[in-house]
Amino acid sequence: MVGQRASRWWTTGGLLILVWALFPLLWMVSLSFKDPNTFRSQTPTFFPSKWVWTNYQTVFSDALFTSALRNSIGISLIATLLSVVIAMFAAYAIARMDYPGKKFLLSMALAIAMFPQAALVGPLFNMWRSLGIYDTWIGLIIPDLTFALPLSIWTMSAFFRQIPWEMEQAAQVDGATAWQAFRRVIVPLAAPGVFTTAILTFFFCWNEFLLAISLTSTNRARTVPAALSFFTGASQFQSPITAIMAASVVVTIPVVLLVLAFQRRIMAGLTAGAVKG
Amino acid sequence: MAEITMKNIVKRYGDGFQAVNDVSLDIADGEFMILVGPSGCGKSTLLRMIVGLEDITSGDMMIGGVRVNKKAPRDRNLAMVFQNYALYPHLTVFENIAFPLRLRKAPESEVRQRVNEAAEMLELTEHLGRRPANLSGGQRQRVAMGRAIVRKADAFLFDEPLSNLDAKLRGQMRTEIARMQRRLGTTTVYVTHDQTEAMTLGDRIAVLRKGVLQQVGSAHQLYEEPANLFVAGFIGSPPMNFVPGRIADGRIETPFGTVAPTSERITRIGDRDLVILGFRPEYFEDYSLVPAGARTRGHTFTVDVDVTEWLGNELYAYVPYEAPEEVTRQLGELERELDSEQMRTQLVVALDPASRIRSGTKAELWFDPERMHVFDAATGDNLTRDPDRTFDDDNVHAGVRTE
Repeated sequence: MVGQRASRWWTTGGLLILVWALFPLLWMVSLSFKDPNTFRSQTPTFFPSKWVWTNYQTVFSDALFTSALRNSIGISLIATLLSVVIAMFAAYAIARMDYPGKKFLLSMALAIAMFPQAALVGPLFNMWRSLGIYDTWIGLIIPDLTFALPLSIWTMSAFFRQIPWEMEQAAQVDGATAWQAFRRVIVPLAAPGVFTTAILTFFFCWNEFLLAISLTSTNRARTVPAALSFFTGASQFQSPITAIMAASVVVTIPVVLLVLAFQRRIMAGLTAGAVKG
Repeated sequence: MAEITMKNIVKRYGDGFQAVNDVSLDIADGEFMILVGPSGCGKSTLLRMIVGLEDITSGDMMIGGVRVNKKAPRDRNLAMVFQNYALYPHLTVFENIAFPLRLRKAPESEVRQRVNEAAEMLELTEHLGRRPANLSGGQRQRVAMGRAIVRKADAFLFDEPLSNLDAKLRGQMRTEIARMQRRLGTTTVYVTHDQTEAMTLGDRIAVLRKGVLQQVGSAHQLYEEPANLFVAGFIGSPPMNFVPGRIADGRIETPFGTVAPTSERITRIGDRDLVILGFRPEYFEDYSLVPAGARTRGHTFTVDVDVTEWLGNELYAYVPYEAPEEVTRQLGELERELDSEQMRTQLVVALDPASRIRSGTKAELWFDPERMHVFDAATGDNLTRDPDRTFDDDNVHAGVRTE
């Protein structure tokens, strides 16, 4: 009896949180379909009285958005790839090897992750300008990596630690070199961890705002989160709100798709069956 | 095929802990050698040093006449079966078995043929397409063995391969491993803490204690001629009974009366104030069941029986006795090392199941004093041991080629 009542409470609580979290999203979608000229009507409605695609047409015909989308995709993918590859080796070393300074390295990584980005913006701005990488892809990828790597290393070393030592030793006895054991046994086993890390890193880079707005000035390297703040409506007299919402919906879609596509990979513990369970 | 020779092998860890201490052991080509001992005795460390997963602090490890101390595991051409199998969960059974061949870039036809051969031998043919997660414990164990067989390795190394299986399956797999080894005739080193496996599987058994080799010999030699208290207590179930004794004028005083054995193995010891006497449970018998001819040969005494356990084919009786402080302390230490918890000083005697002796009664027991073992109370050495004694069937059921 108690259990039933408790589980009903959990359901109600969960639903409340879900509504709380989804409401802004729904509001965003709804706004993106409203007519930009009339959405501030006298009698506001939650859902549009007339569904229109004009906002989407506006954002996709705007060079600011399309180039920002291209920049976002490019920068996020490159930063993610680099971060995952580097973090994979670093995490393996941290999980498997013993060397002096390991603790220090780990705590430094954590410290960097904790470091307030805002404090870095000024110096980076000056440095990037003198180095000539201000307003370029590489100028964003480097700081993105700096902040994404600690996260990647920490998540991945946790995954590597879960892989039983014996797997690697068995591979070595079977005739594998250290590299073969890593590539043919450890990496496939760590795949869920690699995917999880890759997705987390991608989100981080995709959503990054502060650096993107501070270290770019033109369409060359400006990413979507930064570009959104520069949005204007179709005309000077039109509110850009609905168009910004349409752009937001567009950049939210890849995130949702990624999670849906990989959630099973993330969840699946691939190590099941490796050892007696 | 290769013989494995260890010369003064030492393993000392960074923190100074000495896991293996000066072990020298010769394992002949094709021999089945068991390494046995309580947990923490260094047997697994020794095995891992053979295969190369553990560095050797000092000493020489020779495989097939070649010193391999500095060789990487993959250059030693040995196959190992791990305690938890260590199967690759992302590969099918076929690919798991084929893994060593794939690493060697063997041609596809050869891989297919060898894997199928191994699978047939281990009755895994219908499971080749499945993944380890979907197999039972016994099947996983066989896949791990398949991966070892397919290599045509110089030697097989087993690290407590059956400890994760339930008792029934363990018995089956035990015979399977013995059959496989005999059929392939490959040198095998097998680590276990289970003395049933140790007694039944190997040609020879090496008993380790705290990293020191205690005795190497056939199951018979270990059981009948143990080198010291430790081996005597470790081999045999229920374990050997140890009681204090005193030798004066060729007569041995035991807690159950004084006896005067006449055989040379005992009389050569001479007089001693304190010795530890070893009696296997089966050395005792219910006096009423001893044949009349044997009665006078042995010694008879009366005891209070504490508890009896009737097992159908045997009857165990527990008999408490008083022992001096010094002996109690040493026996307590020994028992702690052997992971046993029997703290009180008591005899365990195995009697004929037809015996009418029951719990809480007085009983007349009989034993033959000529069979007892006498151990030095200080060092634990077996004073009655004949190290050269061999047994007729030592090499028969073990299958060693004697030619």
